[in-house]
This record gives sequence, C-alpha cells and structure tokens, in this order.
Amino acid sequence: MREKILSVMEKNSRIDLHDLALMLGTDEVTVANEIADMEKEHIICGYHTLINWDNTSDEKVIALIEVKVTPQRGMGFDKLAERIYKFSEVEAVYLMSGAFDFTVIIEEKTMRAVAQFVSDKLAPMEAVMSTATHFVLKKYKDHGTVLVGESNDERMLITP
Amino acid sequence: MRNPLSDKVLDIKPSGIRKFFDIVSEMKDAISLGVGEPDFETPWHIREEGIYSLEKGRTVYTSNSGLLELRKEIVNYLNRRVNVNYDPRHEVLITVGGSEAIDLALRAMLNPGDEVLIPQPCYVSYLPCCQLADGVPVFINLKEENQFRLTAQELRDAITPKSKILVLPFPNNPTGGVMTREDLEAIAEVIIEKDLFVISDEIYSELTYLGEHVSIASLPGMRERTILINGFSKAYAMTGWRLGYAAGPQYILEQMTKIHQFAIMCAPTTSQYAAIEALKNGDEDVARMRDAYDQRRHFVLSRLHEMGLQCFEPYGAFYAFPSIARFGLTSDEFATRFLKEEKVAIVPGTAFGDCGEGFLRLSYAYSIENLKEALGRLERFVQRLEQEQR
Repeated sequence: MREKILSVMEKNSRIDLHDLALMLGTDEVTVANEIADMEKEHIICGYHTLINWDNTSDEKVIALIEVKVTPQRGMGFDKLAERIYKFSEVEAVYLMSGAFDFTVIIEEKTMRAVAQFVSDKLAPMEAVMSTATHFVLKKYKDHGTVLVGESNDERMLITP
Repeated sequence: MRNPLSDKVLDIKPSGIRKFFDIVSEMKDAISLGVGEPDFETPWHIREEGIYSLEKGRTVYTSNSGLLELRKEIVNYLNRRVNVNYDPRHEVLITVGGSEAIDLALRAMLNPGDEVLIPQPCYVSYLPCCQLADGVPVFINLKEENQFRLTAQELRDAITPKSKILVLPFPNNPTGGVMTREDLEAIAEVIIEKDLFVISDEIYSELTYLGEHVSIASLPGMRERTILINGFSKAYAMTGWRLGYAAGPQYILEQMTKIHQFAIMCAPTTSQYAAIEALKNGDEDVARMRDAYDQRRHFVLSRLHEMGLQCFEPYGAFYAFPSIARFGLTSDEFATRFLKEEKVAIVPGTAFGDCGEGFLRLSYAYSIENLKEALGRLERFVQRLEQEQR
C-alpha cells in the first residue's frame, strides 16, 4: 500500500485523496492515515512544486559545485556536509564516490552571487581542498519530468 | 463497364465503429473514452533500438517467418510466461500485428462451409476474416452473469458436425473478461472431445489483474490444436509498429507462412529489431504499465458504482463494460446522445456484436485526470437521464 501511494504521489502530490483511494481500491481514511504516518516517519519529507523558471521572468542561476574535502578527526563527511547544507542558498548536497567528495547545488539570482558564495563561504572552509563550479545552462528534464516541448495524445478518438 | 467488385467483399458490413467514428471526427473538441490502444508511448529503450537498426542500415527484408533471433526470444517469452514450448525455426511466425495472424490462421484452416465458433461480444475482425476465408461464423453470445466467460455448456450447445474452429479472445476486448485455468480446462475437454481447433487471441495477456494469464495451449492435449496469437501492441505500447506473431504446430504454421510469404513478404524489419529489445529488457515496462492500468481500473469501476452504473469487475485488458439497459436507450442512442450533450466519445457495445446491446465499452487507457473529467461528464449525463425517466 505504501509503495503504491508513494509511486502515485511522487508524480502528483496534489492528487485528490478520494481519487487516490479509488485508484488503490481502498478508502480515504486508510490512505490519509498512511500518508500521515509516512510524514511522521520522514518517508514523505515535503510537497514541492516543480517549476520551470526559464518560462518566468525571474532570473535564476543554478550552479553545480564539485567539492573536494579532507575529513578530519571529529569532523567526518556528515559534519562537513552539515556545515555546507545549512547555508540557505544551498539546494542540495550529495556525498559522491569518485574524483570528488560532495556535489553542492546552489541557486542564486546572479553569477556574481554564486561566485561570492564559493569564494567567501565554501572555499575558505578549513576542510575544503578545492572546488569546481559548473553553471547550468538549460534544464531539459528534472525530477523525471521533461521540461521542453510538449507531447500530445496522437491517438484517434475512436479505435476498435 | 462491368462491376469490378467481389460479391464476397460487398457482403461484408463495415465496422460498427466506423459509423461512430464519422460522427466523432466532426466534433473537434470532444474528449474520448473510446480508444483501443495504450496511452503510453513505446518505452524509449525499445524505440531507440528501432532507430539504431535504421542507423545501421537494416532496411532490407527479413526471412518470411521473421528474424530468427526474434523468434527465439518469443519462444523464450512464451516458455517463461505461459509455459508452452515451441520450436523457433518451424513453429513461430512474425506477422503484421496480431490481426494478420488471425486472418492467416482462418485462411489456412478453413474450407468452404466450415463453421467458426466466435464468442461475442468480441473484437471486430474475426467475423469479416472468417467470411473472407469462406467460413461460416457461428456466434456464441456470452453473458454478463458469467462475467462474459465462455462456459463448456455454451460451447457444447453451439457445436454442429461442421464446427471446426473456436476463436478464443481472452482477455477480452471489449468486455475485459478473462478465462481462469478452471474455465479453460472445462472448455478444453469439449474441444478435444469434438475435435476442434482453437485460435487463441491473447493480445491482452500481459494486462491481466487477477493472477497470471493462462494460455489454453498450455493445457494437456491442447498445444497440438491451438494457434496461439499474441503481439507487441498492448503489452509494450507498440500499436503503430504493427508487429504480432502466431505460434502453433508446424504443419499449420507452414501453410500460414505460405500465405504470409505471398501477401506480406515479411513484417517490418525496424519493428522486429525493436521487438527483440522489448522481449529482452521490457519486463519492467510491462509491469509498470500494468500497475498503472490496474489503478485506473479500480478508479473507473468505483466511479461507475458511485454513479449507479452496474458493471461486473473486468480482470483483463483496459476496458470496462457497464450496463446501461435500465435507461431504456439502445447502446447506440446512449453513445450518440452522450457524445452530443457531453462531448465524450464512447463506443456502443453493439459495435462488438448484437449481444453487446445494453452495454458500453469504456476504455481506461487514459490518464487519471482524463478519466476523472470524462467520468464526471458521464455522471452528469446519467443524472440527467434519471431525471427524464421520473
């Protein structure tokens, strides 16, 4: 049941509870209780809106920063990550395998603001050895949703 | 000038859907619950394999029977999914959709006057293909109280000394009915006793929501008297690729291949390469789509019950077949008024045979948002009919 609820809500968090209950062949109360429990257990961590900012007049700069660090005694990856993710401009932080340690995604109004964050906040951290900043030029697909172009129902209205 | 037309072809009635299609196509803003094909696009890895085959210049004929690699994959698939074994070299034929396989099987097996037992309501092509092959169609009217399954008694009652072939279309379009193993065992006994052959159209086999699909070919004594027909259209959302297949005893397949060889040459090469990928790596896609259909199925059935439309629970394909008999309208009148008043296209049950009277075929191969809108309109329409009746 939980998996089914999640697979539907991952694509559409605004789905009507009644509709969701019908789809899963159960009643609204059961679904509502499951959702409430999953919120408590931090399985469901929030309800966000997928926005294609390119289609608004808002200017946004998104940067993906590769960060190499040297973890120190009493200051492992988790602690270091925390020092980074607590900055409000940081959208996401992932610990990576391979040539660098963290992927940090930040969102700012301007490139200057991104540069400032990297040079003033991130790079000077004691454990940070190096950073490489990449700017996002265009988003094609995000969270499993294709943002460019549209797909129409090409089918005829009636077929046998 | 002489009349150039064949009497046999002139005798064939145009599809009941055709007439409705003409009305619908004049309505530009209509929405629909009338489509008999998946709303999903073919999974990308399958499409990509088709594109790759074009890039590699694989633009030539394949052997008449189809690529051996594809036939081998089909044999593997049938073995793992329905537990029947075939020889890929002699017992499998790749066709242009399941429809061609139906036509070939009837043409290869019928002599003039042979009777073909066709359970109705059913897909629109069995009757005309039977007529074109000089067969005599004998309909078996399936009943809602049996969930539109074929019972051994119904089969027995329809058999005459001329009966030769039984068409077995399950999971069923348009009813969504399925045959369980027990149902099949019951009719298999009659089939063997009366020495019939079966054309088992299993195109919706992957869209089964109650246990696993069972093929009649897997029952004892049935493999040698069954032409198993399936394809890629419904399971992998590949309708436009036009690819299906038949599997069965070599001596029948040889004759089918002969007709196919002269009429078609071979199924589209690009589609065949894409289909290999579908069978090798498509199981997850099939499961994902089946889950989505199943959710919609629950949604549609519950909504139909909420608005007071009686509908037996369909366990296969992507159709519901609600009864509208209580409104005192024919299926045709209901569908026509519904289209005009609420701008929703829906197929009257009679398009699938006379015994579809009193029913509608409602396809749930649509997103939940679409279904919600269309069913909301249906509810409004039903309420209006109820008020008129008072």
